[in-house]
Amino acid sequence: MMPTHIPLDYYLILSAVLFVIGVVGVVTRRNAIIIFMSLELMLNAVNLSMVAFSSYLGDIAGQMFVFFIMAVAAAEAAVGLAIVLALFRNKQTVYVDEINIMKW
Amino acid sequence: MDLQVVLFTLFAIGAIVSALFTVTRKNPVSSAMSLVAHFFMLTGLYLTLQAQFVAAVQVLVYAGAIMVLVVFVIMLLNVGREAQQTGPRTLRTTITVVSAAIIAVMIASVLLSKPTGYNTLHERAATMGNTSSIGKTLFTEYIFPFEAVSLLLLAALIGAVVLAKRHVKETES
Repeated sequence: MMPTHIPLDYYLILSAVLFVIGVVGVVTRRNAIIIFMSLELMLNAVNLSMVAFSSYLGDIAGQMFVFFIMAVAAAEAAVGLAIVLALFRNKQTVYVDEINIMKW
Repeated sequence: MDLQVVLFTLFAIGAIVSALFTVTRKNPVSSAMSLVAHFFMLTGLYLTLQAQFVAAVQVLVYAGAIMVLVVFVIMLLNVGREAQQTGPRTLRTTITVVSAAIIAVMIASVLLSKPTGYNTLHERAATMGNTSSIGKTLFTEYIFPFEAVSLLLLAALIGAVVLAKRHVKETES
C-alpha cells in the first residue's frame, strides 16, 4: 500500500543511505578520481537533507546553505582535480595505495 | 494518489541505484556517467520539494561544470579499468566490516528515532524556492557570505592553476 504523502523522515532516510554509499566508495576504492566522485555523493546527500528541512519547515536558510555548499564543492573540485593531475605527473599513478611519499 | 509520492519513489530508487553504480563500476568513465545520472535524480527530488532554483543550479553546477571537469581529467590521465586490489586481504576485510557497521548504525539510528511529525510541505515552500525569493534573501541577509564565496572561488582558481601548471625549467643559454 502506498502512502498518500511523503513525510520528512523519508527524505532523511534516503539522504542517510546516499551518504553511506559515498562513505563506502571513499574507503573501498583505490582510484583517486572515483574517491573524489564519492565525496561529491556525500556532499549531495547532505544537500538533499538541507533542502528537505528547508521545504518542510518553511525556512529559506537551508536552501541558502545548499547554495554555499555548491560553491565550496566547485572550488574543491577545481583544487582536488589539480592535485590529482600534479600527482599523476610525478608518480604516474592515480591509485592511492601506490602513493606513499608521506610515509617514513 | 499524490504526485509527490510517485515522483519521490521514482527518483529515490533512481538516485540509490545510480549512486551504487558510481561506487562499484571499475571503469572511471562509467562511474562519471552514473554520477551525472545521480545528479539528475537529485534534481528531480529537489523539484518534488519545490526548490526550483536549487534544482536549476544543481544541473548547471554539478551535472554541467563539475562533471565536465572530472571527465576532462579522466581523459587527460587516460586511466583504464581498475586493476584487482593488491592490498593485504585482512585490511580489505576490516574496511568492509567497518563500512557495514557504519551503514547499520546510520540506518538503525534513523529508523529507530521518533518520527519528526512534519508530514507535508510547509505552505511557504511553494513561493520560497523561486529565483526572486532566493535572490532577495541572498543579496540582503546573506550578502557577506556571498562576497566571501567570491573570494574563495578566486583562491581556488589561482590554486588550481598553480597546482596543475607544468613547471618548466628555466634554461638559460
